[in-house]
Amino acid sequence: MRVFLMHPDRDFEFELEKVNQRFPHKQVLLLPAAKAALVQDLELNTLWNAMAQGDEFLFEVAQQAVLSSLDDPDAIRYRQEILRDCLRHPDIVRQIYRIPIQAIENKHRHWMGIFSSYPSSVLSGAREMLEMFVGLLKALKKLADDHAEEFESEGFRRFFAMIQQELNDEYFAVVKEHLRELRFTGGVLLSAELGQGNEGANYVLRRPNHDKRHWTKRVLARRSRVYSFALDPRDEGGARALGDLRDRGLNLVANAVAQSADHIDGFLNVLRLELAFYIGCLNLSEQLAQLGEPTAFPEPAPASQRRHSFTDLYDVSLALTMKQKIVGNDVNADGKDLVIITGANQGGKSTFLRSIGLAQLMMQCGMFVPAESFCANVCASLFTHYRREEDTTMTSGKFDEELSRMSSIVDKLSPNSSILFNESFAATNEREGSEIAKQIVSALLEKRVKVFFVTHLYEFSHGFYDRKMADAIYLRAERREDGTRTFKLIEGEPLQTSYGKDLYDRIFG
Amino acid sequence: MTFLSILFCKDFVQKEAAERPAFFTDLNLDQIIDAIVARKEEYDLKPFFYAPLRDTETILYRQEVARDLEDGMLMAHVQAFAGKMIIVRRYLGLTEKLEYTYHREGWFLEAALVYCEALTELAHNLEAANLKSRGFLAFREYVARYVNSDEFQSLLTDAKNVKGRLSSIKYSVIIQIGAFKVRMYEGEPDYSAEVEKTFEKFKQGAVKDYRSKLYQGTGMNHIESQILDFVARLNPDPFADLDQFCAQHSQFMDESIRTFDREIQFYVSYLEFMADIKLKGLDFCYPQVGTSREVYDYNAFDLALAYNLLRTDKPVICNDFFLKGPERIIVVSGPNQGGKTTFARTFGQLYYLASLGLPVPGREARLFLFDQIFTHFEREEDISNLRGKLEDDLFRVHEILARVTPDSILILNEIFASTTLEDAVFLSREIMNKVTPLDLLCVWVTFMDELSSMSEKTVSMVSTVVPENPAERTFKIIRKPADGLAYALSIAEKHRLTYKQIKGRIQS
Repeated sequence: MRVFLMHPDRDFEFELEKVNQRFPHKQVLLLPAAKAALVQDLELNTLWNAMAQGDEFLFEVAQQAVLSSLDDPDAIRYRQEILRDCLRHPDIVRQIYRIPIQAIENKHRHWMGIFSSYPSSVLSGAREMLEMFVGLLKALKKLADDHAEEFESEGFRRFFAMIQQELNDEYFAVVKEHLRELRFTGGVLLSAELGQGNEGANYVLRRPNHDKRHWTKRVLARRSRVYSFALDPRDEGGARALGDLRDRGLNLVANAVAQSADHIDGFLNVLRLELAFYIGCLNLSEQLAQLGEPTAFPEPAPASQRRHSFTDLYDVSLALTMKQKIVGNDVNADGKDLVIITGANQGGKSTFLRSIGLAQLMMQCGMFVPAESFCANVCASLFTHYRREEDTTMTSGKFDEELSRMSSIVDKLSPNSSILFNESFAATNEREGSEIAKQIVSALLEKRVKVFFVTHLYEFSHGFYDRKMADAIYLRAERREDGTRTFKLIEGEPLQTSYGKDLYDRIFG
Repeated sequence: MTFLSILFCKDFVQKEAAERPAFFTDLNLDQIIDAIVARKEEYDLKPFFYAPLRDTETILYRQEVARDLEDGMLMAHVQAFAGKMIIVRRYLGLTEKLEYTYHREGWFLEAALVYCEALTELAHNLEAANLKSRGFLAFREYVARYVNSDEFQSLLTDAKNVKGRLSSIKYSVIIQIGAFKVRMYEGEPDYSAEVEKTFEKFKQGAVKDYRSKLYQGTGMNHIESQILDFVARLNPDPFADLDQFCAQHSQFMDESIRTFDREIQFYVSYLEFMADIKLKGLDFCYPQVGTSREVYDYNAFDLALAYNLLRTDKPVICNDFFLKGPERIIVVSGPNQGGKTTFARTFGQLYYLASLGLPVPGREARLFLFDQIFTHFEREEDISNLRGKLEDDLFRVHEILARVTPDSILILNEIFASTTLEDAVFLSREIMNKVTPLDLLCVWVTFMDELSSMSEKTVSMVSTVVPENPAERTFKIIRKPADGLAYALSIAEKHRLTYKQIKGRIQS
C-alpha cells in the first residue's frame, strides 16, 4: 500500500541528510553548501515558518519539499491537482492528517513500544501496538468511504480507492484471527535442520497441522517415531536452555509481528509525511489570503524552453515579514536566457531577484506561487551567488572566497540550470570584476544556463547590452525624476550610475 | 613430488630473520613493515621482511611472482584461497575444544569441506590464470597433481557424501513446559511467514530487525546435545558415516600447501598495502637490481610518509634522483622542513624494498644490490649534552666506517649539528675524505653547502621554496638551486573559472 500523494509513482523521501545535532531527539537537515546559500539568499526560513506555524515536522517537510525540486512539468501538475483538492476540502484533509498524529499520540500516551530484548515481551508489545493501529486503520477506511467521491485529483482518487480495496471487512477478520492465535496457549512447534557442526539450524516456528483427514487415514499414515525428554525438576540449567530454545522459536514470530506493526507505523508515517507538505501549503494559503495577496497556480514549461512571464509577482518572504501587501512586478522574459538587472540602490532589485528564486522553487515543488499569474520553464537546478556581507578580511581574500563559491557551483551545474547572481564579482575593481563576470556569464549562456544578474558592474552590463543579443533582457529599478523609488522594475538600458548619491543624500542630507 | 617455495628458488639462503635490522627505525621502515603486516598477524610475516636478499636470482624470482600477482584476478583467487584456509584453521581449532562427539565430528567435517573447496577452486583458478613466474608455474603443477591424487579425491568425495546426508535431515522439536519431544518434520506451515504475509501490504521500506540477540555460544548445552542425540537415533546411518569419515581422514592438510599459504602472504600483504598507496596517485615499479652504481629512481617517495598521509588530502611529493659516471654521494642541503630527511629516508627505503624482491616507489628505477645499509640520524632534536652528543656522533660514525664496504649504502642525516660551524665543517671534511675513496653510495643531509662540491663524486641537491613566498615549501629536492620558477596564475584560473575552463567543466 503506497500513499503516493507527492509523486505518482514513488514515495516522498528525505533526500537531504538528516543528522542529530546537539539534541539527540531533534533531527535537523544538513544542507549542502549550495542549498544553504539558497536558504540564506532567498529567506526561505520565512516561507517555511509560515508553512509550519510552529510545527517542527511541518517545517522539515516544507524544507525538504522546497529544496528537492521536481523538474518534470507533469510531476508538478500532479501535486498542483492534489493541492487544489486540499484547498477545496481543507477540513477533510486535516482530519486524515489527524490519523497518523493520533497514532503517535497513542504511542506516547500508553508508553507503547517494542523495547524488550526478550522475544515474549517483544511479542506482547507488538501485539498491543497492532491492535491500536487496526483501530486507526478502521477510522481511515471510514473517511475514505464517506468522502472519496468529493475529491477530483488523480492522487487522492487513487489513494482512497486503495484504502477501500485493501482494508475491506474480510481483511479485518483475518487480522483479528491472528491477534488471537498469537497468544500461543498451546506449545511451540519448531522445525530445524542440522547446520554447521551438526548444530541445530534454520529453526522455523510452525503452525501445527489441524489434521482434517478422516480418522482411518490418520491411523494408516506413517508417522515418525517420537522421542520425549522430561527435565529433572532440579535441572535449572536445562530449563534455561529449553527456555532459550523456545525463545529462539518465538523470536521469529515476535519479529514478524513487530515488523508488521512497523509496517503499519511506516505506512501511517508516510501518510503523515506526504500530507504534511499540503498542510503546510494550506497554512501558507490562509495567511496570504489574510494579507490580501494573490496566489496562482503556475504554468510550468519544459526545461528546454525559455519562459518567464508573470504579473504581480511579489516576494512572499517580504510580504510575510512585513505582514502587508507589497509591490509586485510584471515582466515578460519569454525566450530570454539572460536577465540583467541594474539601477537604483534600494530600488527593489534584490527583492525582485528573491521573488524570482522563490517562485521558481515554489513552482517546482508543486505549490502555488505569489503572483497574479506566472509561467516559467522548470530548471534542472537553481543556484544563488550573492555577494556576502562585508567581512574584515583583505579584499583579495574576499574575491577569492567569491570565486571559490562560484567554482563549487560550476561543479554542480548542468545545462538548463538557473543562477541568480546578486552583485557578484564586485569585490575587486570594476574592470577586473567586469571581465571575470563577462567570461563566466558568456560561458554559462553557451552551456544553456539561465542567468539572472543584479549588478552595478557597468562595463559588464553595458558590454552585454551593446552585443544586442536577442535572448537577453535588461531591467532597471525605476527611479522617478525626483529620486523617489517605485520599487517597480522596468525594461531599460543599464545606466552608469546606481544613484548611490541619492542614498548618500538621504542619509546625510 | 615436491614444491620448494614461492619465496625462494634455491636453498641455502637466509629465509627468515627474527630481529629487525638496525637501520629500520631511522628509515621508518619499521612503520612501513608494521603497517604491511598489520592485517596479517596470524601468518608471522615479519621474519621474511627482516631478511633482505643478497642474490639477484632470488630477487628476480620474487619480482616475477609479484608481477603475476599484480593481476587482479590472480590476486582475488589467492585471497579467496587464503580466506578459506583461515576458516579451515579456525574450525580445526574448534574441534579441539568440543565435548560432544557428533558436535566435534560435525566441525571436523566442516573443516575438511572448506579445505577441499579451497584447493579445488585454487587448482581450477590457477589452470585458467595467465602465469609467467617460475614460482607460480611450479606451484600450479604441484596443486594440479595434488588435487588429482587419490588421497585428495577420496577426502573430497567422502566429505561431500556425509555432509549431503546430514543436511537433508529435517526434524521437529515440540517445546512444552519442562519437557520436549523430537520427531521428524511433517510439513507444517511456517507461521511467522503467515503473519508477515498478512501485514506485508503496509510495508513501506526496510524496518528494524526485532530478533533478539539470543545467547548462542560455541558449544552445545546438554539440551541441544540431547536433541542431537535423538536426531541421530532417528537417522542412524548418516551418523555412522560421519564416524567413519573422521577416523579415515584425521590428518588431511598437505604440508606444502600449508607453507604456500603462509609464504604467499608476503606478496599479498605488500601488494595490498601498495594498492592503498597507489590511490594517492603514486607510482610503483620493478627496479633493475644489480651491481651498477649508476642508479636512478624517478617519482620516488617516502613510503612511510605516503602511508601516514593516506587518510588526508595532503599530497605526497615525489622526487627524482640519478647518479651518473663517477657520482656516488648525494649531498642534500637547503631550507629546513623542506623534505631533506624525507628524501634521505626515501633513498634508503628504496634499496631495502628492492632487496626484498618487491616493487618500489617510483616510475622507473635502477637500484644497487647492497650488502649492508648504515644510517646515522640525529637522535633527538633537543641537545642536552653538547660534548656527550658530539662524542657520541663521532663514535657512531667511526663504528660505521669500520664496517662499511664498497657495496654498502650510507645515509648520514645532519651529523655534527651539535657543534660550532667551524668544527662541523672540519669534521665533515674529514669524514668525507674517508667516505669518498670507498666508492659506496651515500646520501648526506647537511646544512653545509661546502660539502656538495668537494669532488667529482658528490652531487648537490637542494630542498626548494616557492619563490614568491619563501616561507612556503615545495618539498621538492632538485639537483640545482631553485631557479625562481614563477607562477603567474590569476585567481580566476586557480579556481578554473575562465571562459574556456567553465566551458570545459560543464557537461552538455
